[in-house]
Amino acid sequence: MSRRLRWRKFVSHFMLTMTGLCALVAVAVLFFILGYLVYHGGTSISWNFFTKLPAPVGETGGGMANAIVGSAKLLLLACLLGVPIGFFGAIYLAEFSGGTIAFVVRYAADLLNGVPSIVIGIFAYSLVVLPFKHFSTLAGGFALGLMMIPITLRSTEEFLRAVPRALREGAMALGASQWKTIASVVVPAAYRGILTAILLAFARVAGETAPLLFTAFGNRFWSPGWAQPTASLPVMIFTYAIAPYDDWHRQAWAAGLVLLGLILIINIIARVILSRGVAVPRT
Amino acid sequence: MASVRSAVSVKITPPVSVPTSREAQAPLVMRMTVAKVNFYYGPKQVLFDINLNIATNKVTSLIGPSGCGKSTLLRTLNRMHETVRSSRLEGEILIDNQNILAQDVTALRRRVGMVFQRPNPFPKSIFDNVAYGLRINGVKGSIHDAVEKSLRHAALWEEVKDQLHKSAYELSGGQQQRLCIARALAVEPEVLLLDEPCSALDPISTAKIEELLVQLKDLCTIVIVTHNMQQAARVSDFTAFLLMGQLIEFSPTPQLFTTPTDARTEAYITGRFG
Repeated sequence: MSRRLRWRKFVSHFMLTMTGLCALVAVAVLFFILGYLVYHGGTSISWNFFTKLPAPVGETGGGMANAIVGSAKLLLLACLLGVPIGFFGAIYLAEFSGGTIAFVVRYAADLLNGVPSIVIGIFAYSLVVLPFKHFSTLAGGFALGLMMIPITLRSTEEFLRAVPRALREGAMALGASQWKTIASVVVPAAYRGILTAILLAFARVAGETAPLLFTAFGNRFWSPGWAQPTASLPVMIFTYAIAPYDDWHRQAWAAGLVLLGLILIINIIARVILSRGVAVPRT
Repeated sequence: MASVRSAVSVKITPPVSVPTSREAQAPLVMRMTVAKVNFYYGPKQVLFDINLNIATNKVTSLIGPSGCGKSTLLRTLNRMHETVRSSRLEGEILIDNQNILAQDVTALRRRVGMVFQRPNPFPKSIFDNVAYGLRINGVKGSIHDAVEKSLRHAALWEEVKDQLHKSAYELSGGQQQRLCIARALAVEPEVLLLDEPCSALDPISTAKIEELLVQLKDLCTIVIVTHNMQQAARVSDFTAFLLMGQLIEFSPTPQLFTTPTDARTEAYITGRFG
């Protein structure tokens, strides 16, 4: 074997090892975090966590039932705001708009997608919290909903665009109006992708903390109404993790595990929906 | 040729002399008339002063080399060209002596159906595919009979009658194309446009569809675009030859293929180009 060939073999093996190591480190960090979370969360979680209110300061025990319900209410509001606007906006972008408008909206959505979530929080604070002089569930839902709009919009648009033109023409050639074509052929053909996009947007905002800090604020009791502050899992994690009590740290781990479980379930559902096959064969 | 150019009224004698005595005896009624049509995509003109008469209950085929404008001409007949933003049509296209450009486009497309190059069934069941046109046009009540009738007309009923609720994508390509024909027939169009309906199909499926077209003549008027001259010769009564956006020759099919009047037609059908 010539020296040149040996050198080339060495370089090849070296690079293979390097890339493999980096991949291993990336995966290892991920699994370490997951393992750490599952270990601490798993040893701290109990039935009380889901059913009890937070214990008064100084006492151990209690749970985060109010935060779980609070998170659910916030996410419901976020979906009510983000999904329709994102979905119908995407239909406009993919089906009706031409040139300049589409470019501007798409660009704005991409920018909005990249805006740090705390900035969204300030925006919601000045727009909803200040005029009402009250932290509220509504303000928190508004902030999360704003974050959902660009994610839903852009991915829904991509899935709509992937529907073959031939299907649209087939419907229009039968005398379907443009809206009828979209509602009865294009959206059904893309619904799996759209549903997945919405679920992933949901999972993304479910763990957001920053936009909630000064909108939904927090609450150690049941939130009395939509116009009142509410607890939420991410903010509870934040509050409990920086507190000086071991019991609170354990509760924070448990909350982290619950959030992780929620996001994991959503991701699995999304994957199952997508893997059932894309409804329309790509041509 | 000259007689074709001037033939713009509706009920007229055949555009050129008819080949057989049998057809000569039955007076031809013109379903559609294309008069002085110029067509543009943006600044590019793709059809030049087209005049064409489409006879009722006959098969008219449009042939010509790729890019000659035959598909574009076909798509103007039910205004499918309007899906392209930059397109512009000048001239008149009449159906039963009424200008199609002045009609409601959805109503027009109900009367002038279309089948495309590639089978394009909707991601729905076989039944729902055929029922689609009926449902969007507000047909209420039981549509099962109408669906069955359309599938029978498309010679597909026997093959699918036990699996009407399966996805249309489980059918073979040829079956899918016949499903698309059934779907178009369900709204009982007066004219059926077919844009190279067999180009994505195998020879056996192609033969089935050709056989079908000849039978469908009794039901509606058929206009078919094909790049396959043998197909045009087999299925059509009249053939129009287009070249670079111009209608070169339009005659009864046997005449066009045996005694073309234009040298370019002869060059094309003898395979010297295209």
